Amino acid sequence: MSNESAASSVTVTGVSKVFNSGKSNQVDALLDVSLVVKPGEFVSLIGPSGCGKSTLLRLIADLTQPSNGVITINGKPAKQARLDQDYGMAFQQAGLFDWRKVARNVELPLELRGWNKAKRQARSMEMLELVKLPDFADHYPWELSGGMQQRVAIARALAIDPPLLLMDEPFGALDEMTREHMQAELTRICGATGKTVIFVTHSIPEAVYLSDRVVVMSPRPGKIVNIVDVNLGDRTGHETRELSEFFTKVIEVREALRGIELGHAHGVDER
Amino acid sequence: MAVAPPRRTSDSRFGALVKTRLVQIIPPLAWGALFLLAWERLVIWRNIKPFLLPAPSAIWQQVLKNRDQILQTSKATGSNALSGLLIGAVLAVLVAFAAQRFRVVGGLLAPIAAAVNTMPIVALGPVFYNLFGSTSDTARRVVVALVAFFPIFVNTLKGLTQVEPVHEELMRSYAASGSKFLRLVRLPNALPFLLTGLRIGASLSVIAAVVVEYFGGLQNGLGNRVSSAVTSSANARAWAYICGACLLGLIFYVSALILERVAMPWQAKRKASQSA
Repeated sequence: MSNESAASSVTVTGVSKVFNSGKSNQVDALLDVSLVVKPGEFVSLIGPSGCGKSTLLRLIADLTQPSNGVITINGKPAKQARLDQDYGMAFQQAGLFDWRKVARNVELPLELRGWNKAKRQARSMEMLELVKLPDFADHYPWELSGGMQQRVAIARALAIDPPLLLMDEPFGALDEMTREHMQAELTRICGATGKTVIFVTHSIPEAVYLSDRVVVMSPRPGKIVNIVDVNLGDRTGHETRELSEFFTKVIEVREALRGIELGHAHGVDER
Repeated sequence: MAVAPPRRTSDSRFGALVKTRLVQIIPPLAWGALFLLAWERLVIWRNIKPFLLPAPSAIWQQVLKNRDQILQTSKATGSNALSGLLIGAVLAVLVAFAAQRFRVVGGLLAPIAAAVNTMPIVALGPVFYNLFGSTSDTARRVVVALVAFFPIFVNTLKGLTQVEPVHEELMRSYAASGSKFLRLVRLPNALPFLLTGLRIGASLSVIAAVVVEYFGGLQNGLGNRVSSAVTSSANARAWAYICGACLLGLIFYVSALILERVAMPWQAKRKASQSA
């Protein structure tokens, strides 16, 4: 295993995030959140809209800075980790570049790392095969459906083989079949390379299927209310989603979320 | 959002393309021919005097008769339009960059540009003849450059500033430097806007170059010939030179269109598939 593939740990200590501080529209997006993600662990963040799960992910990615508290990745401050490109990120929107063909979109992060052309092309082809889109390498993004675009974005995030993957509802736009396929692929990839993943989702079954731990969050102010341990073990087969243990964990997460809903009238996607 | 079309053999694809083009081209051509025919018949039936409205056939005779002159004056007017357009475009892109880079410049220039854009800049022609001398092309080129500047500036600035937030965050997550962001995101993002501005500017530049000639100056352009023909009631000849101006405008517009296709292959393919 190359050095890059070594898993990362993420430590979030006493982190708060306040938007519009001191103004009448002040929002406490996160209040005193602490979380430790161990190397190689798959952690999902789930909760109703406004619980700060995306904000927490963006703080870890250093796309925004905490009002209080400290975030480290492998002991490095989040900013240093970003500058060192220690993580790969996939967003809700595919965010492909119209003017680049699919393969060149996947190559972009490699280009920024100074890889040579031959190496880049080989890797992007490899990644496109992984997301089952090798035939579309030479197409422009607009020629692909939304789900296919999202798969390209995931190929792009994986291209640099980052030790840490930060994913913000990346499968939200996919149809159920593609979604399950992508979940299985992600599990396989992470299992094989031992990546650390932090995954934001609205879907309870998705969180349970993918994760070692599901972090349940509540809004106003955003905080962690419960952490559900899931140990489904090997999920390479098709039957994982039919195991009674799977349903037990789905119910456990749902109960935790329902506890929040008693206080807040907000829906969670229970797909 | 379309999934890629199935691959067809090149023969049937070519056939389909020809068919599509024919379907696109025939209706406007037919209407154009019908219009000219109606015009011709109307002039004959109602016995309209040539100094009021000449028949298309009379105009065509004048076009043939003055062919060399039309070509020559088109060249003079066209070179004014082209050099003015290029100067205006280069300035517009540079200023748009400055406006994007420095907030103060943008805040200062954008409202001024919007205000000046509503002014009839061609009306400045006579003043510029006094300012830059009426025996050179300078005044005309300045007018054309000014006219072309605004649509290109406004569009380019829009393209430079309208970067998608997800692209900004993505590049930030890659720790991409400012210059890489400019080259890989901001510039290609602005290109379609710039070229749209250029296409608008190209049409406007020919209009400005012809119209500014109506106000005097050198007697070498299409506009001069139109006004002198009208003064001597040679209406058909005036129309013949107007035909030259139309053709010149068309050449500029189509050139800008071709440039758009060539510079943005990702858009060209998309447009082709939408029109098919």
